[in-house]
Amino acid sequence: MPVRAITPDYVGEVKDLQANFHGNQLVYVGWDHHLMFCAAFAFPLPPTTTFRQLRDEVMVEGFSAHPEWKEIDWDSTQWLLNGEPFIPQLDVALIDQGIDHKSLLRFQTPELKGFMGAAV
Amino acid sequence: MAANKLNLKDKYRLLTRDLDWEFSYQERKKAFPFEEFEGIKITDWSKWEDPFRLTMDAYWKYQAEKEKKLYAIFDAFAQNNSQLNVTDPRYINAIKLFLTAVSPLEYQAFQGFAHTGRQFGGVGARVACQMQSIDELRHVQTQIHAMSHYNKFFDGFQDWSHMHDRVWYLSVPKSFFDDARSAGPFEYLVAISFSFEYVLTNLLFVPFMSGAAYNGDMATVTFGFSAQSDEARHMTLGLEVIKFLLEQHEDNVPLVQKWIDKWFWRGAQLLSIVGMMMDYMLPNKVMSWKEAWGVYFEEAGGALFKDLARYGIRMPKYVEQVQTEHMSHQLWWTMYTHGHATGFHTWIPTDEEMDWLSEKYPETFDKYYRPRWELAKQMEAEGNRFYTKALPQLCTTCQIPMLFTEVDDPTQLSFRDTVYHGERYHFCSDGCRDIFHEEPEKYVQSWLPVHQIFQGNCGGPGVEQVLSEYYGMNLGADNLDIKGSPDEQRWNRWKGVA
Amino acid sequence: MSKVYLALQDNDISRYIVEAIEEDNPGVTIIHNPAMIRIENEGTLVVNRETVEEKLGRDWDVQELHLNLITLGGNVDEDDERLSLSWNA
Ligand SMILES: [Fe+2]
Ligand SMILES: [Fe+2]
Ligand SMILES: [Zn+2]
Repeated sequence: MPVRAITPDYVGEVKDLQANFHGNQLVYVGWDHHLMFCAAFAFPLPPTTTFRQLRDEVMVEGFSAHPEWKEIDWDSTQWLLNGEPFIPQLDVALIDQGIDHKSLLRFQTPELKGFMGAAV
Repeated sequence: MAANKLNLKDKYRLLTRDLDWEFSYQERKKAFPFEEFEGIKITDWSKWEDPFRLTMDAYWKYQAEKEKKLYAIFDAFAQNNSQLNVTDPRYINAIKLFLTAVSPLEYQAFQGFAHTGRQFGGVGARVACQMQSIDELRHVQTQIHAMSHYNKFFDGFQDWSHMHDRVWYLSVPKSFFDDARSAGPFEYLVAISFSFEYVLTNLLFVPFMSGAAYNGDMATVTFGFSAQSDEARHMTLGLEVIKFLLEQHEDNVPLVQKWIDKWFWRGAQLLSIVGMMMDYMLPNKVMSWKEAWGVYFEEAGGALFKDLARYGIRMPKYVEQVQTEHMSHQLWWTMYTHGHATGFHTWIPTDEEMDWLSEKYPETFDKYYRPRWELAKQMEAEGNRFYTKALPQLCTTCQIPMLFTEVDDPTQLSFRDTVYHGERYHFCSDGCRDIFHEEPEKYVQSWLPVHQIFQGNCGGPGVEQVLSEYYGMNLGADNLDIKGSPDEQRWNRWKGVA
Repeated sequence: MSKVYLALQDNDISRYIVEAIEEDNPGVTIIHNPAMIRIENEGTLVVNRETVEEKLGRDWDVQELHLNLITLGGNVDEDDERLSLSWNA
């Protein structure tokens, strides 16, 4: 039973359909083991945004305050897309490499241990 | 005329049961249309017990007396300028959060009990819900009166009700009650009377109010304890509801258990706000959140669930996943780093406070949380007080930013997701994900503040306009760090500190 | 056996109620917190009208307890003579 309602066959209105975001899609990005940022960030982006734009422009806004941001070696960074290992293509649009509405991207930089080595 | 005085039991029977009537020209089912759709089976409403046997006449008499006492204290508080007697102006921010996050829930509880009471065929249940509904209205009113005094002296109190409906972090308490009130009447009682009032509200009112006393805030202590005096009755109603449902029909047991699992988890996540208030926002601390959880949940709840085992009820499902060791630290860090977008001030705990936290959380504070504050201190010293730049991902169910870590790894955020009808949904925990799975058609409707901002439904275009125009915050006064705030400057002037 | 408990506002009336509880419930634990008094006991706890009246030196209705009550834990039973709290397990 998808809901316990007094109205037979009650169906809820989906609030966060991509159509409601005026041409954008939502992409969440989180930096694993770096808790200076309390949660992953949500970004509304045109689906045609390239991965390079996401990484070098959009993510900078959210993450660059971190003392280790400049030390990230993007060549050895590992990515997860919705929990699965993922190899990004830098000059391909997000949507064309499977990063769709409300996808979660996580990146891992195992050599960077966070501020004071405490995963901050 | 002692001989004519009715004893309590007779009086209760006459003034509740005997007020009911039989329906002669309308079907009972039509009079109580909400009674069956949840699947709860009631065979005999007359088995409903109110152990206090409170009748309306006695109710009014004692409530009036409580009010008289309470307002005498409010008057004395105001006449003595007692706002100057609180420990320090940081404390007031806990009260701002209380007014915007908790007091509106009292109003929601009033509405919920008024509605729910109407839906029950049994007169005992109707009378109990009616009294509770009036109590809850009293609670919101006395809280507004008490805190209106602070509104004369401090920022952030001006638009609490408007803010409750709109502000990002206040969607957490608001959606909790919206969820309960949009459920059927039996789920509402299990959610609010039992899981919230009986199992969890002690954690809100008892140690926190004792903390208010310890911080010189007699107005808050008095409204808190005055509300609690009703709460003892609400808790008892909660326990009686559960026993009644379980005794009525064995088919009710799994339904009730499911609701207990759900509402315990929702309540525990919600109360992380109280944990943060106790561990970080009270300058004089009574006990840590973890200790309070030990006394008021583990001990008291342990006894309760042992007692209920005879009905086939077990401990709430996600009890092992409640992270009392971590939640208050993670939440205050979230508020601190979003301090530009909060309707109250935030700050770095003092060195003494951090030592207290290490003592209370010896296994975790120095290892995981002190380093964050060291970073914040360093950035502040460089003239670069840390405010996070982008908006956080939220949990679809509890609506809290997805800030909680894995139960077995405090260095890694916990991510859960599911796909329903082609749409992806994200959750902070197994509990929140499973609640969604039970009723996806309900939670696809979550009004998630971050998504609403991006959809353009909260004004804008920038975050500044959302905060000032849509939320109604006075930017530069209500928000940001306590350091350098108008609150702090006024306080120092009153106290004659340079 | 689990503990039942009762918490009262720390005020003049409560002091006498606590005295009465101590007298009628040997072995009861009394804990003082800021602005409140917490009373715990193994299994059961009873507040008797007669004893409270003796301590207060006036008539006292068991329902008056609500004026000073902050919280409680246990199955409640109340009549004209007493309020009792108990756990069955
Ligand atoms: Fe209340
Ligand atoms: Fe209540
Ligand atoms: Zn959640």
